[in-house]
Amino acid sequence: MALQSLDIVRRSATTTPSPDVRRSYAGTVAKLIDTSKCIGCKACQVACMEWNDLRDEVGSNLGGYQNPADLSDQSWTLMRFAEYENPKGDLEWLIRKDGCMHCADPGCLKACPAPGAIVQYSNGIVDFQEENCIGCGYCVTGCPFNIPRISKRDHKAYKCTLCSDRVAVGLEPACIKACPTGALVFGTKEDMQLHAAERVEDLKSRGFENAGLYDPPGVGGTHVMYVLHHADQPELYAGLAPDPHISLLVRAWKGKTKPLALAVMALTALTAFFHFVRVGRDEVDAADEAAAAAAEKQS
Amino acid sequence: MSEPASPRLLERHTSAERTTHWTLALAFVLAALSGLALFHPALFWLSELFGGGPWTRILHPYVALIAVVVFLKFAADLWDDARLTPADRQWLRQMQDVIHNREDRLPEVGRYNAGQKLLFWVLFAGMLGLLLSGIVMWRSWFGLYFSVGLIRVASLVHAVCAFVLVCGIIVHVYSAFWIKGSIEGMVRGTVTAGWAWKHHRAWFRQVTHDAHPRTRPN
Repeated sequence: MALQSLDIVRRSATTTPSPDVRRSYAGTVAKLIDTSKCIGCKACQVACMEWNDLRDEVGSNLGGYQNPADLSDQSWTLMRFAEYENPKGDLEWLIRKDGCMHCADPGCLKACPAPGAIVQYSNGIVDFQEENCIGCGYCVTGCPFNIPRISKRDHKAYKCTLCSDRVAVGLEPACIKACPTGALVFGTKEDMQLHAAERVEDLKSRGFENAGLYDPPGVGGTHVMYVLHHADQPELYAGLAPDPHISLLVRAWKGKTKPLALAVMALTALTAFFHFVRVGRDEVDAADEAAAAAAEKQS
Repeated sequence: MSEPASPRLLERHTSAERTTHWTLALAFVLAALSGLALFHPALFWLSELFGGGPWTRILHPYVALIAVVVFLKFAADLWDDARLTPADRQWLRQMQDVIHNREDRLPEVGRYNAGQKLLFWVLFAGMLGLLLSGIVMWRSWFGLYFSVGLIRVASLVHAVCAFVLVCGIIVHVYSAFWIKGSIEGMVRGTVTAGWAWKHHRAWFRQVTHDAHPRTRPN
């Protein structure tokens, strides 16, 4: 790869190591979404459509601000609006920009059976390479955040790329560029964690004592993080997973059991071969034919 | 008294049974190869046999469905013959004699031996598991009907059933080669009387005593 920022550290359905000599010593990247600063303007959604040349169906009004209704192959990011009545009886409008979390331990990549259809760059971005995608939907099965969508048009999987194309040439993702309030910031993961710590401190001083950073350790941390006023209850934010991790079922399905099963299949065939070599075929001889003929005559 | 020039032949499988068996075999092998392509990266190259990854994903469920439908016909034919008897249990206990070709020590075997019957039941359970889990996993048709939790369970069940079935079929294919004359039984439809006497003596007695024996002259 010519571009250092596009060095691949992990590749789906690939059992040999990826090129590993160059490392991202400068650190990985991260997008920080500060829900306390978000005004729900959807500029990020529009910027995403614009940069990525996506046009979702206009759809219909479902009685809320959320539009479109869900993520799709054409909508890689979506403002999810939740109304929460806090214990004091006040209404809180919790708005969360949903999209791929770019897990350090991506369930989609683990589940994918197509070599190179999902890659993880050294900068932390998890990207789908649609030309290698076979459309099986295993990424959807593997994802702990319900993010990938299979297109009805071409049967390929799509999701947020964290604008890997922009990041590769030193630009910030399109959604970051468009955000008018500074709710979206982008930088090294370390910087984003520091920035989040300041934001959390500020929120705590304003009475949000459970404010915190959402960087779930169950998936090794993510390269899209949230500052939440209620970090103790992520599920308030339109069902953000409180403790996401790759499902045990997916681990059992895609983990060490697969090479083990493969070995047992090979061993079965090998055992058969050595049975042939050591014991040999069970053959009928003339004596058997004679015994059969005699038995038949008797009856 | 002179020996006949070639041994007398008994009909083992009718042309209809052979057709069912080989249709099932073909569909199963194609389903297994396309499935194994997605089972582990080391076998992804098998997808080239089907025209690449996307074609493998598209074809696999349809081919597998053909296998399941044909298997239903197959299972209906075999159902009565596949019941395990006390003699079968004895046969299974003497696995060492089975493996070392010491058939003279084994109980007399009917149309099918206990190994064949077990394979049948493994196939039956496996096919059922693959069918049900496969429907849940088939996104082009059923993607919207099942929760991700159920799809995860199905994915695991599908892989486990497929693994058991592939191992079972490897044993089946080798056994057909091992017990010389069996492949002819499924290809030409006939076995020699000596073969039936040696490997399926109870069945031999049955067909040679029968008022309407399924036999065929030389």
